[in-house]
Amino acid sequence: MSVELDVFVGNTTIMDKEVYQLWLNGYTVNDAVKVRIEGGVMEECEASAEVLLSDTMDQYRTFQMCERLLHHPAKLANQLLFQIPPDRQAMLIERYYAFDDSFVREVLGKKLSKGTKKDLDDVSTKTGITLKSCRRQFDNFKRVFKVVEELKGPLVENIRQHFLLPDQLARDYAAIVFFANNRFETGKKKLHYLTFQDFAFCAGQLINNWTLGAVDNIMEDMDVDLDKEFLQELKDLKILITDKDLLDQHKSLVCTALRGKTNVFNEMEANFKNLSRGLVNIAAKLINAKDVRDFFIDLVEKFIEPCRSDKWTSIDVNLYLTHYTNSVHILDTFKHHAVWTRYMGVIKSCILRMYHD
Amino acid sequence: MPGKLKAKIVAGRHLPVMDRASDLTDAFVEVKFGNTTFKTDVYPKSLNPQWNSEWFKFEVDDEDLQDEPLQITVLDHDTYSANDAIGKVYIDIDPLLCSEAATVISGWLPIYDTIHGIRGEINVLVKVDLFNDLNRFRQSSCGVKFFCTTSIPRCYRAIMVHGFVEELVVNEDPEYQWIDRIRTPRASNEARQRLIFLMSGELQRKIGLKVLEMGGNAVVGYLQCFDLEGESGLVVRAIGTACTLEKISSTLPATATHPSNSSPSKDMKEPGFGEEAPGVPLSSGPPTPLRAQTFSSFSPSKSYSRQSSSSDTELSLTPKTVGIFLFPSTPALESESSPLPSAHLPHHLWPGMASRSTTPPPLRLSQSDTAILRKSVSFSEELLLAASGMGSGGSAGKEGGPLKALLRQQTQSALEQRGVSSSSEAFVRTGEYPFFTLAAFPPGFLLHVGGVVSARSVKLLDRIHNPDEPETRDAWWEEIRQEIKSHAKALGCHAVVGYSESTSICEEVCILSASGTAAILSSRFMQDGPLDTEHRLSRQPLCVFSTGSERVEGDMGSSASLGFEEVVSPGCGFCHIPYDELNIPFPAQLTYCYCCRRYKVPDVLFTTIDLPTEANVTGKGCLIQARLCRTKKKAQGEGNATVISNLLPFLEYELHTQLMNKLKLRGMNALFGLRIQISVGETMLLGLASATGVYLTALPSPGGIQIAGKTPSDITYEQHISNMQKKINDTIAKNKELYEINPPEVVEEIIGSPIPEPRQRSRLFRSQSESSDEVSELDLSHGKKDAFVLEIDDTDAVEDIHALLTDSPTPAGFYSCNTEIMPGIQNWTSAIQMFTSVRVFRLNANLTNQGLNKIFSDLCENLLKSLYFKLRSMVPCCLCHLNFTVAIPEDELIQVAVTAVAMSFDKEQLLENGKQSGEKTLIKAITENDEQLQFNLELNAETSAPNPLSSPKGLSEVGSHLSARASSVDYSSFADRCSSWIEQLKLKAHTIRRGSVKTTSSMEKASPLPEGRSRSLRSNRSYSGSSVAVVKMTPLSFIPGAKIIKYLGIINMFFIRETTSLREEGGVSGFLHTFIAEVFAMVRAHVAALGGNAVVSYSMKECVFMENPNKNQAQCLINVSGDAVMFVRESELESTSVQTQSATTHTSNGAEGT
Repeated sequence: MSVELDVFVGNTTIMDKEVYQLWLNGYTVNDAVKVRIEGGVMEECEASAEVLLSDTMDQYRTFQMCERLLHHPAKLANQLLFQIPPDRQAMLIERYYAFDDSFVREVLGKKLSKGTKKDLDDVSTKTGITLKSCRRQFDNFKRVFKVVEELKGPLVENIRQHFLLPDQLARDYAAIVFFANNRFETGKKKLHYLTFQDFAFCAGQLINNWTLGAVDNIMEDMDVDLDKEFLQELKDLKILITDKDLLDQHKSLVCTALRGKTNVFNEMEANFKNLSRGLVNIAAKLINAKDVRDFFIDLVEKFIEPCRSDKWTSIDVNLYLTHYTNSVHILDTFKHHAVWTRYMGVIKSCILRMYHD
Repeated sequence: MPGKLKAKIVAGRHLPVMDRASDLTDAFVEVKFGNTTFKTDVYPKSLNPQWNSEWFKFEVDDEDLQDEPLQITVLDHDTYSANDAIGKVYIDIDPLLCSEAATVISGWLPIYDTIHGIRGEINVLVKVDLFNDLNRFRQSSCGVKFFCTTSIPRCYRAIMVHGFVEELVVNEDPEYQWIDRIRTPRASNEARQRLIFLMSGELQRKIGLKVLEMGGNAVVGYLQCFDLEGESGLVVRAIGTACTLEKISSTLPATATHPSNSSPSKDMKEPGFGEEAPGVPLSSGPPTPLRAQTFSSFSPSKSYSRQSSSSDTELSLTPKTVGIFLFPSTPALESESSPLPSAHLPHHLWPGMASRSTTPPPLRLSQSDTAILRKSVSFSEELLLAASGMGSGGSAGKEGGPLKALLRQQTQSALEQRGVSSSSEAFVRTGEYPFFTLAAFPPGFLLHVGGVVSARSVKLLDRIHNPDEPETRDAWWEEIRQEIKSHAKALGCHAVVGYSESTSICEEVCILSASGTAAILSSRFMQDGPLDTEHRLSRQPLCVFSTGSERVEGDMGSSASLGFEEVVSPGCGFCHIPYDELNIPFPAQLTYCYCCRRYKVPDVLFTTIDLPTEANVTGKGCLIQARLCRTKKKAQGEGNATVISNLLPFLEYELHTQLMNKLKLRGMNALFGLRIQISVGETMLLGLASATGVYLTALPSPGGIQIAGKTPSDITYEQHISNMQKKINDTIAKNKELYEINPPEVVEEIIGSPIPEPRQRSRLFRSQSESSDEVSELDLSHGKKDAFVLEIDDTDAVEDIHALLTDSPTPAGFYSCNTEIMPGIQNWTSAIQMFTSVRVFRLNANLTNQGLNKIFSDLCENLLKSLYFKLRSMVPCCLCHLNFTVAIPEDELIQVAVTAVAMSFDKEQLLENGKQSGEKTLIKAITENDEQLQFNLELNAETSAPNPLSSPKGLSEVGSHLSARASSVDYSSFADRCSSWIEQLKLKAHTIRRGSVKTTSSMEKASPLPEGRSRSLRSNRSYSGSSVAVVKMTPLSFIPGAKIIKYLGIINMFFIRETTSLREEGGVSGFLHTFIAEVFAMVRAHVAALGGNAVVSYSMKECVFMENPNKNQAQCLINVSGDAVMFVRESELESTSVQTQSATTHTSNGAEGT
């Protein structure tokens, strides 16, 4: 004696948010039923475990049928199979494309390839997120990446349009795509203290300022790649450390400005040349793809760590970088003001964002 | 050459990838009608092809237009091998053939393949130019409107109800033809789908011809069924009620209703039809070339109906009836009704007055009385003979219903025939049946209800030799209908309402069933009643059966002044017995009506119709089900048929007893919408009876249930019994509280208290035609047994009682019924959710009857529980029109399918209504919103005096309705979208009116990005902003909070789906889930293409599921039907018409707020 077939179809597709979340989280039907029973929905609605099981299976089936549409969210709006109110559609998409920060931290900057996908079971054990959920998130990244990769125009806008995602989520995806495309190294131990949101912020800065789309507003620009011309020009900044006069001049200008304004003035003065060399060297090397990948490690090693060991506060860092940036414009022999501003603007906000425990 | 069909293929989208190499498709389209085929060009390498074809024109007979579907096939072009079919779309042209329905079919339709399901969509435009054919011998019946709705459709009024129409066509089932051995499953499925399309087209055309012959222009309550008889063939049969309908002019000025009139195709038809009716300036004239015919045939029919009115009323010279006629007229009613400009209100105030027992019997003796006398002589003998006395006093009094109605059976002399047929036993000649597939009637039309009549017959199927002469099948149904007719007569009734037919087939055995409710309907002459001049002018020569109150008004206003008045309150009148109490066809306990105290009523009433809106009901109703499983021996052929027919009476008896007990257990006394389904399998019979129980105020309160033990020796046993008794009493008390059943205590009189000798009251007539013998039928009162005392003489009985008590109550916030509306709930919000749920249960072998019963009962109960849980977010809500169908697809499988609609209502207002019970009737009255609207129009035209009662009421209703909507947050955006969609629709309507072809450049194609972007883009080219129009679906005939402004045609679709990769598609559940969702999607798409935004009276009539898990295969057939409509939210209605007709809209909104 058994129920052989059990189906419920509504003219308006009924979807329970709670069950949807359980499905997204990769729970099996039985586990989901357990969670629901613990949630107390049974008492609320005078239902039995049997009813709950039937409902959960049914919902799971509905989600599975919808999944194919969720892969192309734009289709969800003009497909005919399911009649779903628009606010529900938005909810479905948003939650389907939502991801766990701990998961994304693991794959951020990695190549979104089959190889990485194979390693997902390790990620799953490490993060405690079910393999199923990991796969969904990974596939989402990959799908967005593939669609956006060859598209022209602003990255965030492309993602938002093609995947109908809310603004914040679209920005996060832009960061993920950007990291994956440039293969930034984020997994080194020294970078572990950084959250996904830190990286996402930095990615936003880079996208807005260092890509080709950032300078001229021609729609044909690609937002995923850094502006090669700019990277080339960054080499010109080297003069700031190679030219001894310029370096000294720079230092004295900064020190004059900072004197008396901070408790760590001595350390600043002592470290100035080191720090400046660090930052300018990063700039000069960015033309090499390999060095682009190490961008964040370099920032941490060359700047953040020295400052931290000298116990700078983030106010100190802000103060230092402000004057460090501005002073350059007073140097009369220095010609590359535009590049310098474009470079330091991003460096400054990235460092400030990354400067925490 | 009376018709030109034009089709244009615009575009496709979401096509499947047909070429693995390029991941693209080279699609083209074949458009086929009859034997003509056109092709579009190949649109290479795209999943979203833009064909933008020329107009393909088919010049065809209108007969073909009715029979054939337009067949659109999408194919993938292949240079070297044969072209692959992607899928097909069948388009039913019928809605375009009727001037009042749709004018163009335009929109995205799913491309369907029987193996792969939906594979993308195609955008098409279809139009018909029809040249009117006045040939008297034509075979077509274009222009006859079909409605699935089992009441007079909302924006029409019935001018005449002609009666029953039926037809059936048979053919060989392609699945069983020899060629099926060598063709692919796809080809076989498509042959079947196409054949059924053709057959239902032909059937509809033939029924249409019958309707035209009768002088009607529409079929209401159209019920079409398929019998898959396997080897012996395929039967498509349909029944319906022929009517002459007239469109009620809408309050909407021109925009919504008139675009159709000015479309080019319409222009061509217009001249053929009659001019618009005078006095109803806005109505689009009834599309009747028959108008003239009706006129001319009128005068003869007049005399018939005079006779008929006498046959309705019959005679009885008992002192009691005479006494009624002599009641002094109380001025109360007169004074209350006459000053009101509306007859509507006084009409619906009656129930209140009735309960005060002050209704005056305003001596309306004139014509009916003489008629009685005239007819009495000829009748007296048959009355005795047929044991079918009439409650004559009651009917004579009621006979002059508030509505003038004439039931014309046929243009010739149907009514006379009826008179004749009821006066002679040998009436088997015309094939004329006084049956009505309608289940809801305008107030006052239904005079008395006798009870349920049903007939079944077991037949052995044989091959249908000559498809053109389906005589055997016809004869079978003929037999059954005769039986029904005679049962009705035995109950003293001249008509059967809420009539339906069904079959259950297993191997070569077929059970045919028919059931309905014996009733007496009001019939009356227009001439005899006083008429106000305007109406006389407009449709003087026509006899009127009006849904509207407008006629009532004219009637009432003047009749009151002339002293003619209706006698019986509509709130209880229908309960009064139609049969002679001295000559009851079965043992019955009669009491005086608890409302009016003047007529006899039975103690229990079973009916198959909807609860009349005007009925006085105490408390709420609930779904009551009797479920039964009976094992039977495996047998073959004749032996099998005999076994089944021997089992049937017991099955029915037990179902009846169960229903009765469950009814008592809920403290109720009447069942509505009773539907008994008997399903036959190889080793068992399944019976499921569903109905909505209510407490009719007019009927006596039901007694309790008493348990009596047979062997009272054992003390523990006694204790056990008393425990059980206590449980039962508790349940009854609890149920009374739950359903708010607290009838006003009436202590006086009552002949005989309810308990002493209670008997089964409303009889369930059944019989096997095998053994059928008219006279013996009346004896089938297995009711010598007491229905209320349950004797426990064996374990079976104990089990039965346990089973009684296991029905779990509906969870808080839920109500359920299988009728259209739930008594006691009026304030629906606009949130509705239609759903279908299917379960298949596998049984173990070797179960006892008891075990089977329990399993079956649990299956139904659990299904209901699941539904409540699923729909918990809609609380408070009512599951309406819960329609269960059971089947035994295989030896050890039970399949239960449910289709219903969940409707939210506003709780607060509910309480309020409860308090103001006086107002209740008012609100109830208003539920017939279209009538109300119509009446309001009249009001404006005739008198500008504002209605002091209705407008403040209306205002408050509007307010509460708004709050109701606000409370249903989840769906509000839904509604918004709907409204914006309506805007689109209006725009669209404009374009159509201008005759422009550009209608398809509507929202769906909104923003195609320019070609030549990167590859990944191509697949979602038509994204962004464009969303699919919302189409509501409901099994009910109305949409809460909205007004139906147009019926666009009938939807009748048949699909087959098959798979050879069952596991891959998610097993049986996954397969069926997808299929049902696809069927819904296709229905919605076709409705949207017709320009509609809802389907009403939707039903899934067939869901045949077969599986073979070992072979990884499954097949399913689904047949659905409904009426495509266009509705407008009443809030929008208000905004458009508020300036011009403020008084009107207030009231109408009040009406629709309910």
